[in-house]
Amino acid sequence: MANLTLVQAINLALVQEMEADESVVLLGEDVGLNGGVFRVTEGLAQRFGDHRVQNTPLDESGILGAAVGLAIAGMKPVPEIQFEGFLGPAYDQIVNHAARFRNRTRGAITIPMTLRVPVGGGIHAPELHSDSPEAIYTHSPGLKIVMPCTPYDAKGLLISAIRDPDPVIFFEPKRVYRAYREEVPEDEYTIPIGQAKVVSEGDDLTVVTWGASVFQCLEALDGLPEDVSVELIDLRTIDPIDTDTIAASVEKTGRCVVVHEAPMTAGLGAEISARVQERCFLHLQAPVQRVTGFDTIMPYYKLELEYMPDANRIGKGIRECLAY
Amino acid sequence: MTPATTKTTKNDRRSDDLSNETLIGWLRDMQLIREFESRTMQAYQQAKIGGFCHIYSGQEACAVGTINSVEKSDPVVTAYRDHGHALARGMSAEACMAEMFGKITGCAKGKGGSMHMFDRPNNLYGGHGIVGAQTPLGAGLAFGARYEWEVLGTGTKKVCLCYLGDGAIDQGAFHEALNLAALYSLPVIYIIENNGYSMGTAIHRHTANADNLIARGKSYGIESIEIDGFDVRNVYDAFKPLADDCRDMQRPGFVDLKTYRYQGHSMSDPQKYRTKDEVADWKSRDPIASLLHHLMNERECISEDAWSTMEDEIKTVVREAVEAAEAAPIPDVDTELASDVYALPMDNLSPSEDYKHGLKNPLM
Ligand SMILES: Cc1ncc(C[n+]2csc(CCOP(=O)(O)OP(=O)(O)O)c2C)c(N)n1
Ligand SMILES: [Mg+2]
Repeated sequence: MANLTLVQAINLALVQEMEADESVVLLGEDVGLNGGVFRVTEGLAQRFGDHRVQNTPLDESGILGAAVGLAIAGMKPVPEIQFEGFLGPAYDQIVNHAARFRNRTRGAITIPMTLRVPVGGGIHAPELHSDSPEAIYTHSPGLKIVMPCTPYDAKGLLISAIRDPDPVIFFEPKRVYRAYREEVPEDEYTIPIGQAKVVSEGDDLTVVTWGASVFQCLEALDGLPEDVSVELIDLRTIDPIDTDTIAASVEKTGRCVVVHEAPMTAGLGAEISARVQERCFLHLQAPVQRVTGFDTIMPYYKLELEYMPDANRIGKGIRECLAY
Repeated sequence: MTPATTKTTKNDRRSDDLSNETLIGWLRDMQLIREFESRTMQAYQQAKIGGFCHIYSGQEACAVGTINSVEKSDPVVTAYRDHGHALARGMSAEACMAEMFGKITGCAKGKGGSMHMFDRPNNLYGGHGIVGAQTPLGAGLAFGARYEWEVLGTGTKKVCLCYLGDGAIDQGAFHEALNLAALYSLPVIYIIENNGYSMGTAIHRHTANADNLIARGKSYGIESIEIDGFDVRNVYDAFKPLADDCRDMQRPGFVDLKTYRYQGHSMSDPQKYRTKDEVADWKSRDPIASLLHHLMNERECISEDAWSTMEDEIKTVVREAVEAAEAAPIPDVDTELASDVYALPMDNLSPSEDYKHGLKNPLM
């Protein structure tokens, strides 16, 4: 066991998968000597050589397109895009190629690629460096979307993602990168993609969230009266959504609040609330509440924390849902 | 990377015909940027500026030399290392500093930050955070200007300056922009501020044929030249005729403007990729020092005293900009979080029940 940050746990997973499988190669802007903008790939170029940790030019479309080509050629590419906002130039390769190759070739060719991307706000950065675009990619069939928020989960999920035969976008909540440490086993282990985690058990209400918002929700739970018992679910995987875990919880509690950083309209809160009413209609005692970012552009710095759902807003949503 | 040497000899320089006042004005512009950036770094270290902050020090002659080769009405668009262009274009130090402090008096109402300098009255169209994405915008701005002049008959002949870094030339969007500019014969000059690095990657490791960037412009049939961007007179000497031609003939241009940034890529850069000697080498032919030398010793039009008065004046301007930025209010949550997204209010834009219109842009 080692006491690791999220950054270190991801680094450890990369080291172990690269050691175990020579077809795993990393590519991205400054991922080599510099170790990437957030130093997630620190030390890997020195350890595995430039040919396995490929510094690329500034060309997101090229990086993702080349990763798709590498995957077709039998490799397991792990490209890094520096910030979620820079997925824009790569969108075509992700959605029109990576996601569709299996289908387009009717199973003859698959794309075992893991695209690593820091995501979300809370680090004082402006738009394009603080966005939460997970719903956009969830809407594209053929991609799996993962967003762990603990070092332990990150290691196990990244190993699963790299071994997965299909393309996975592995979103890393940058607000959590160095926020805290936890015990992470040195030994290799996996966490299955598609399995949510019940962070705390409760009977009165279910909160569904993922990414850095998990910590905001924990803070909100701390501020609730002693006699309120909330079940907190960390999705960990966004696509496929673990509807069974959510439904089992809401059947028990009868109330559900979904929390996410992304804007509300057509966000994942809408998808989750639709699934909840499909599966738990007769159990529901209140409409599903959404506590989310607003339908505006992520503002810079001084207003950032007003934009993101914090313990206050989440607590308010929970109380309203309970009082309904 | 080592500094290029200036080959142009005395007397055959176009800039020799410029008045002392003009050149002293450029000295002031460059020193303003230098001083502004020192105070920016200080404020960043004091956590008064958030996010990412890219410092222009070292590259002053690029913005000042090129922007002073065109008219105020010509459109300018650049990337995220944009404080220098904003100041050279005439944005007040206060609006620029307040933007980085996240204050409502900033040029983007403190909602954009360091990378998003916009100044519509001065025809500065950003400040863009997606590397390379501004280059097709430059083609579009030039298209618009040409359309205005040629089809609508309402404008004069303009030329658009579109800046990008050496890293940005690797983006697909740039190649699309070059092709459009050449195909439609658009009056836009792509100015590569080639400081030798794309973040932590040296140019020879990030782009093919790195010693011959102008081959890219030429391959589209665009007139393409290399300029030593570390000497502002030299920038003007070489750039002014190109800008005039592109305006007159309404066609594109391409410039490999060789320069160097003194600071790290952004404020959080360990700079493992270069040596202190390399930085010192470039600093030894500092663009401000060399212009000052010319004005003091060759033209003999500025004295030690006048220079130190100018330095003091600039220090005061920048100090006052910092003080004003500090004193200004942050954007009001109820009005500013929700505003400037659509012309008309929409649902769920705001944390408050009622939509309130935001304040008018302070530069408009
Ligand atoms: C599409 C995109 N990819 C990556 C980045 C991150 N990034 C910002 S600046 C930069 C390097 C750009 O270098 P260059 O174009 O030479 O400009 P310079 O910083 O030298 O002025 C990178 C990789 C970004 N902002 N946008
Ligand atoms: Mg550069």
